[in-house]
Amino acid sequence: MTKAPHISVQNLNVHIGNQHILKDININIPDKKVTSIIGPSGCGKTTLLKTFNRLVDNTPDVNITGKVLVDNENIYDPNVEITEIRKKMGLLSQRPYPLPMSIYDNIAYGPRIHGTIGKQELDVLVEQQLKATGLWNEVKDRLHNSATKLSIGQQQRLCLARGLAVDPEIILGDESTSALDPISTAIIEDLFITLKEKYTIVLVTHILRQARRVSDYIIFVYMGQIIEFGPTEEILLNPKEELTKEYIKGYIS
Amino acid sequence: MKKRKFEEWCVKVFMVLATIIVTGSFFLIVGTVFYKGFHYMNWDMITKTPSGGFYIGKAGGILNAIIGSLYVAGGATILGLVISIPVALYINLYLKSKLIYANTLRLVFDVLFGIPSIVYGAFGFLIMVYFGIRASLLGGIIAVTLLVIPILVRTLDEVIRTVPNELRDATLSLGATRWEVAKVILRQVRPGIFTAILLSFGRAIGDVASVLFTAGFSDNVPTSLHEPAATLPLAIFFQLGSSVEEVQGRGYASALILTIIVLIITVLSEILIKRFSKHKIQ
Repeated sequence: MTKAPHISVQNLNVHIGNQHILKDININIPDKKVTSIIGPSGCGKTTLLKTFNRLVDNTPDVNITGKVLVDNENIYDPNVEITEIRKKMGLLSQRPYPLPMSIYDNIAYGPRIHGTIGKQELDVLVEQQLKATGLWNEVKDRLHNSATKLSIGQQQRLCLARGLAVDPEIILGDESTSALDPISTAIIEDLFITLKEKYTIVLVTHILRQARRVSDYIIFVYMGQIIEFGPTEEILLNPKEELTKEYIKGYIS
Repeated sequence: MKKRKFEEWCVKVFMVLATIIVTGSFFLIVGTVFYKGFHYMNWDMITKTPSGGFYIGKAGGILNAIIGSLYVAGGATILGLVISIPVALYINLYLKSKLIYANTLRLVFDVLFGIPSIVYGAFGFLIMVYFGIRASLLGGIIAVTLLVIPILVRTLDEVIRTVPNELRDATLSLGATRWEVAKVILRQVRPGIFTAILLSFGRAIGDVASVLFTAGFSDNVPTSLHEPAATLPLAIFFQLGSSVEEVQGRGYASALILTIIVLIITVLSEILIKRFSKHKIQ
């Protein structure tokens, strides 16, 4: 890890109500790599992911302390423009949630709210992103049909394309393949591997095989704490911590 | 085993009976209105205002009340929506992380929902006295707007709550502001907005007590907000109270007209609900 980290988390603590969800998180997410966050259900891995684009702000009774630096800018600074931070990060959630509009408008939505309104410009952008996610040939004849008519795998790729259309630097995936069939899962995983050339990717997953297939680094989270962080091979084959060993062997889940 | 089967049979019989009673009374009500009023239905009823002697059985119609009711119910629903949509969005988007405020507001609207319409009528009347407005179309619209706002807010709130949080998150993570998220949510719930309009309009056009003091009554079609306006429920009330058979019959005919208007609105909103469900995510 010679390059500067893309996301740097410093002394991050998150409380929701009386519960201490994330405890003293310190982590550096490397630039233009795939980093997977693994850990048992309820360990706080999704919350951690959502602190990166401040979606966690919308949780009722949430209290956040500490810093998250993206490109050396603390995103929890009160003066920061939250929409600009979020624009830097595409989110791919567990299930695809296309916007209630056409395929074309789904992709054009982001660029439009950020000021790109020229029809030609948008046409180019829509085609480009649909090609980047391998959807173009499947949908080019029905761009103005409702996005909800697509299969769930296609919808997930559409959501990825929609996120890429705002030209982000980081892609956040929250168990993005958990609702998909094996073929769609493989397509999305391959996309992640291709996309890491241009983007920093952070994935939450509970599938160890997926973490092994796509990621360069792994963060193991347990009970709101980071137990171990390191290159994929090292974590999966030679974990240093006892808890990581037990998790990988399947004793704790 | 036998006991369980018997129990199921009993409950099923009860369900069927209850359903028959409900649908039966629906047909009985509509049938009665139709039977008693149909004979007195004619073009004059819906194209003319009451001329001299209408209330003792002579010529004329209730165009004044039809137009008055449409104005009052339509005006109140539009005005109500203008106020209720922002309230429902505010509760769901801005107060979301402060549940206690959101739930307190919901309770307030639930209480308002339960307040009888005569109270809204009386309150509307007080406002009118304060501002020196006389019984008029404007007064009626204000009182009925107060009546329908809780219905609209609570219906819209329930509809917006069904929108998955992930849709909001997805929109936010594209760098949208909360207002832009609100617009996406409104697109998603558009069919639900028509349901809210339907409920509100139905309540508004059928309510007597709220317009009793506020809208007044007039034999003319109102031409400005400051003129008193007749409404169908009041027209029905006056005519049914008459001892002249002809006038009573026209009362039923008026009730039939009111029922038909509500029916048309219902069918229209069903069509619109279907039409705007096209892009809705499941």
